[in-house]
Amino acid sequence: MTSISETGQTKASRKEKIGLRLFRSARQAARFNLFLKLLIAILAALFALYPVAWIFSAALSPSNSLVNSRLIPVGASAANFVRLWSDPRHPFLLWMWNSIKVSSLTAIITVSLCALAAFSFSRFRYRGRRSGLLAILLIQLFPNTLAIVALFLLLQQIGKVPGFAWLGLNTLGGIILIYSGGALGFNTWLMKGFFDSIPKELDESALIDGASWAQAFVYVILPLVRPILAVIGILTFIGTYSDFLVARVMLKSAENYTLAVGMTLFIRGQYTREWGVFAAAALLGALPIVLIFLLLQKQLIGGLATGAVKG
Amino acid sequence: MPPKRSVKRLPNLNDQKGGGVIRPTSSSSFRTSFLHMAGLALLDALALWLVYSLLGNGAGTAGILVLVVTGLVNWVFLSDRFYPIRWLTPGLVLMLLLVVYPLVFTVYVAFTNYSDGHILSKQQVVEQLQRRYFQTPDAISYQMTVYRSPEGGFLLFLQDPQGNTYTGTEEQGIQAYPVGGEPPERIGPYQKLSLAGTFQYLTELEKIQVSGEGFQVRITGPNKARQALAKYTYDPDRDLLTDNETGKIYRPVGGSFVDNEGKPLPDAPGFTAVVGLDNFRRVFSDPQIQGPFLRVFLWTVTFAGMTVLLTFSVGLLLALVLNDNRLPLRTLFRSLAIIPYTIPGFISILVWVGLLNPYYGPFSLMIKDLIGVSPDWFSNGTLTKVAILFINTWLGFPYMMLINLGALQSIPMEMYEAAELDGAGRFAKFRYLTLPLLLISVGPLLIGAFAFNFNNFTVIDLVNEGGPPIVGTSTPAGQTDILISYTYRLAFAGGRGADFGLASTIAIFIFLIVASLTAFNFRFTRQLEEVMR
Repeated sequence: MTSISETGQTKASRKEKIGLRLFRSARQAARFNLFLKLLIAILAALFALYPVAWIFSAALSPSNSLVNSRLIPVGASAANFVRLWSDPRHPFLLWMWNSIKVSSLTAIITVSLCALAAFSFSRFRYRGRRSGLLAILLIQLFPNTLAIVALFLLLQQIGKVPGFAWLGLNTLGGIILIYSGGALGFNTWLMKGFFDSIPKELDESALIDGASWAQAFVYVILPLVRPILAVIGILTFIGTYSDFLVARVMLKSAENYTLAVGMTLFIRGQYTREWGVFAAAALLGALPIVLIFLLLQKQLIGGLATGAVKG
Repeated sequence: MPPKRSVKRLPNLNDQKGGGVIRPTSSSSFRTSFLHMAGLALLDALALWLVYSLLGNGAGTAGILVLVVTGLVNWVFLSDRFYPIRWLTPGLVLMLLLVVYPLVFTVYVAFTNYSDGHILSKQQVVEQLQRRYFQTPDAISYQMTVYRSPEGGFLLFLQDPQGNTYTGTEEQGIQAYPVGGEPPERIGPYQKLSLAGTFQYLTELEKIQVSGEGFQVRITGPNKARQALAKYTYDPDRDLLTDNETGKIYRPVGGSFVDNEGKPLPDAPGFTAVVGLDNFRRVFSDPQIQGPFLRVFLWTVTFAGMTVLLTFSVGLLLALVLNDNRLPLRTLFRSLAIIPYTIPGFISILVWVGLLNPYYGPFSLMIKDLIGVSPDWFSNGTLTKVAILFINTWLGFPYMMLINLGALQSIPMEMYEAAELDGAGRFAKFRYLTLPLLLISVGPLLIGAFAFNFNNFTVIDLVNEGGPPIVGTSTPAGQTDILISYTYRLAFAGGRGADFGLASTIAIFIFLIVASLTAFNFRFTRQLEEVMR
């Protein structure tokens, strides 16, 4: 029977031997290990930055063409931005504005509906509450993009109703409606969790002072849950901004395109000759989202890691 | 001194019994309740208008759904019992209309032949057929005089061989003109046209349709017209369509009218009909569809699986590297590695498509310098798949890095110390300690990522629109299409015509797969426990 110390020693000495074969000391082995890690980190950073560097260089290059493009352009110029601005074939600013309109309205609607629902789930106890929470989660697991055919036919019908044309096919109202359908979902859960962390004594005291539930919600709870409202609003904004499928199916004419659909026009046909303009558009189109991410990294990443995967 | 609780009874927020539900303070003023009522009334008015118009447009199910939902909303807002539900109502209504209803409707469409050529309802098709006419050799011919109103409407004054006179307009149809005799100068607002005047309007006149009971008047010359008989008669009771010209009888079968031998009515549009499991049968037995479907399905699973594997491996490696606090510039590296995650996918995918361009793309040229050939990324199926996986790895590894970093930091250091005492080497520590512990916390997110990529339309469509196409199939499937992009192409990508029925059937397969993944995931995570709190 071998004693524990013996085993430990043999293993340790064997490890030492292996170490000795390659390195003169354990310290050197550790240094090599660190060097390897640094190398991997540098490679990963290069991999991550490779296309980004190309966007910058192509956007700032005086040439518009992909042919003979270089990573370090010969001189910098704003020519591609000027082309982007002046070419009526791709109304970039309009698309960007459409995207921002759709994403912010969707975010506002989602946050409002979600906050109302979370308040109900967090503050009241009633029959069907548990099953309601569960149902919301289960239903939203099937993204409504799976029912894209049905949604298309639904918008087609709504658009035919006099007075409701602004919610039909090929309208921004229509896609906002579709995105808002997904308002209640995992977000409700996140929000309900946050609401639960606000002590009930606070709204109780407001009620005792004669406030209605609505007043307690607006004046007591809402100011306290602003962080989660902001996180969910921003995440919804980013998700909507990046959506491609719904916008692609529902929007037909170029003046109604969101940026995601509009950008695809660049790769049809003239792509290699419009590389610079495309890069300028890509740079400007990505900017708002990248900025939001970099500024709010800490707050957002927590929410993302628990929930959705960004597209 | 603690406040005296007995003075004012606190509302018991956690009372589970029905009676304990907090009601709105009944002190709510007249003004607020008036506003409530006014709001509800406005909503009802809007909803009823919507219902009325939907029903009028033949969208019966949607109309009834809106009606039912409106009823429920009223109930919730008028009954105190449902006070807590009021807070949920706006979200729930949108969810019912835009998530639940479309899902149910998708299932319905999957059992129909709804597609180009079968878009109209049966009633619409019958109405269309009833507007068709044919001419017989012995058809009654008329002497015709044309009249025109100042607004540009036409009236035909017709005289049959027996001398009976009629007037005919598009709106009123054929009516007897009992006065008889020669055509007068004016009939109502209509002014008689001379023969020359009629010539002037001949093209306009050819377009007008003047119908009587079972026949139509065809203009054959400036002063001549003939009767054409209705080609089809529909008997709604027996659900049979008779061709009056040939005498053949047609029955509606599977979305078309067919004769006794099963031959469909020529030049007639089909209609939407429930066809049962036909679409499912097509997926499994029609060789033109079954082959591509299987390929698409296999690639969907491969794509999602490989994506998760690749992004997870790269992300984990990077997380292990960045978790070492001796690493210089750790935060900088971390921020740089997150960058792909911060750029909207549709932008970075398109950038990669440019970089991979086989002729001019800098990335492809770089490969050409290395191995001598530039890979033809977008016309070779296998290479397109490689390109897609490569791009998707770039898009996804930061997310995996983030979640792995979080998970690594939650593994207690004591465990490693214990393992070292037991003599575990670097590899053993990773294999038997880090990886299993990591998978416990990251596993559900991996399944989530799999489900997400299962439906990752954006990357598939933007890289190569699902192409290159699969040859020798009747459906518009591409070699890199996944189920969701295949659905999209079946329903919306023109060329071969939209097949909503088949598209919905494929969507049902996606439902089933996502559902089983989810069920698996729930067992994994016990996310449900939160409900029980």
